[in-house]
Amino acid sequence: MEDKDKKIESLHLKLIPYFEKYGILLLLVLMILVMHILQPDVFLSWRNVTNVFKQISWQSMLALGVFMVIVTAGIDLSVGSIMMLSLMILAVVAKAGAPWFIVVLTPLIAGFLCGLFNGLGITLLRMPHPFIMTLGTLYIFRGTGNLISGGTPISGFTDEVRYLGHGRIDLQWLGLEKSQYLPVSLVLIAIVYIIFWIFLNKSKTGKWIYAIGGNPNAARASGINVNKILVIVYSLCGFLSGIGALILAGRTDSGYPNAGLQSELDAIAACIIGGASFFGGRGTVLGVFAGVMIMGILRNGLNLMDVSSFWQQVLIGSIIVLAVYIDVLRRDIGTRK
Amino acid sequence: MSTTSNLLLEAKGITKYFGTITALENVNLKVHAGECLGVVGDNGAGKSTLMKVLSGLYKPSSGSLFFQGKEETLESPRDSQNLGLEMVYQDLALAGNLPIGENIFLGREPTKNLGFLKLLDFNKIKELTNAHLDKLKINVKSADQKVEELSGGQRQAVAIARSTAFNAKVVIMDEPTAALAIKEVGKVLDLINSLKKTGVGVIVISHRMDDIFTVCDRVMALFQGTNFAEAKLSNTSRDEVIGWIMGKK
Repeated sequence: MEDKDKKIESLHLKLIPYFEKYGILLLLVLMILVMHILQPDVFLSWRNVTNVFKQISWQSMLALGVFMVIVTAGIDLSVGSIMMLSLMILAVVAKAGAPWFIVVLTPLIAGFLCGLFNGLGITLLRMPHPFIMTLGTLYIFRGTGNLISGGTPISGFTDEVRYLGHGRIDLQWLGLEKSQYLPVSLVLIAIVYIIFWIFLNKSKTGKWIYAIGGNPNAARASGINVNKILVIVYSLCGFLSGIGALILAGRTDSGYPNAGLQSELDAIAACIIGGASFFGGRGTVLGVFAGVMIMGILRNGLNLMDVSSFWQQVLIGSIIVLAVYIDVLRRDIGTRK
Repeated sequence: MSTTSNLLLEAKGITKYFGTITALENVNLKVHAGECLGVVGDNGAGKSTLMKVLSGLYKPSSGSLFFQGKEETLESPRDSQNLGLEMVYQDLALAGNLPIGENIFLGREPTKNLGFLKLLDFNKIKELTNAHLDKLKINVKSADQKVEELSGGQRQAVAIARSTAFNAKVVIMDEPTAALAIKEVGKVLDLINSLKKTGVGVIVISHRMDDIFTVCDRVMALFQGTNFAEAKLSNTSRDEVIGWIMGKK
């Protein structure tokens, strides 16, 4: 009898890591099924699926950046503003007539520098919490974006600049119809997520990012330069926001003052839904992707069913609370007190 | 035992000021190979400061450190680790979210090259971890188990394993049994004894007389930041050592 209990217990222990890794995917699949049953003709159509991916394209970049920061037990509230500032710089440079390859690089460099600014501020100024530094830069970056653009939208980019956000990969050679194309942004999401998955899971720096989130003192005692790693993390987060700006430029063909307003909250929500812990050291790239997808599908599905956006807010909020409660329950089972 | 030939670590005249506060004044310390030195003292006597000086976390205001007869200046914990001087911190300094193996090799992970990429070699980490845990006779379910799933004693064992994974010559342990259940204390003390047998010099800081009198060969007491008394274990008694802690001879 005792043996049997032990076997069941060890089975549970074996299952927990898998549940931790892939549980969120179950929720995603479940949502897709429910939406498919509710909207059988539309939801899984080529057009709608590509639409969902186009809609989540830039959010997925912000979420991935914020995720890395959350793994270190930090937070970045400025990603929406970094994206807006990078977008505005891109727009100004494009309007000044710079060649496309320079225009394309500007948001990436601008985003990276904004992130570097955050990272250096947090470590050199010894801010008591990244919340404070990035709350400050949330205002600073958006204000700067409005200063350089005069607070008005700047529209009209060349096709090369718009390619990542707006480009289509024709699949007619596969015998598909012209309307059944692959958005370039979807391919970009896949590439960026795979690169960061390898970085976080297979490289020394990635492992140290998790170690810092688990116990910064342990990381320090192991000879890891914690501040240097934090600066790298915030810089990469800014860089990803810059990619988000480039995608958004392609999608909207315009730099506008309200770009990315409150999108930092969406990014944080996606991480939390995807199983990242606010206490740091926990969460997966796959989880973040699932979190972004869940929010995208929820919005898309509710739009298809003509549910008011007010209900969407209520539902997304509820899912955040529910997802974290599941996380709390999982911690109860998984760790010793 | 106390011939100069197997002297591993010697601290001479260590003084450390924090602003106007004198934490250590002219403190001397010696550890030999295969020897366990117990360091006792009341709260604030300077034990932890001394250990942090030895591990390179603090730079002494004056005084010098000799390792195997050679004077060394420690700029960071990495310097002391490179010499073979390892510290087991009281708060264990383990990342609970990482598996045992990755904790043991944290900061010094083996890697393999995949084209131009330098990736972590998880198989090697696992292999080296299992071999090392076997050598120290530490029992865990698997090297892949997360540290947060372990008991206090197992965590302490992992911390000690971590400190000895890279040919440590001197291991400094800060209150190694303070957070443990009684039945786990014995296992950790056994581990210290087996470390001594491999020729490692061990420094144990402890409040627990039982620990000191089980594993140590020599005991020294700090009082208000100075060397107060020192003796071979065979030449002293618990009551005398407790007296030293209180500042009585």
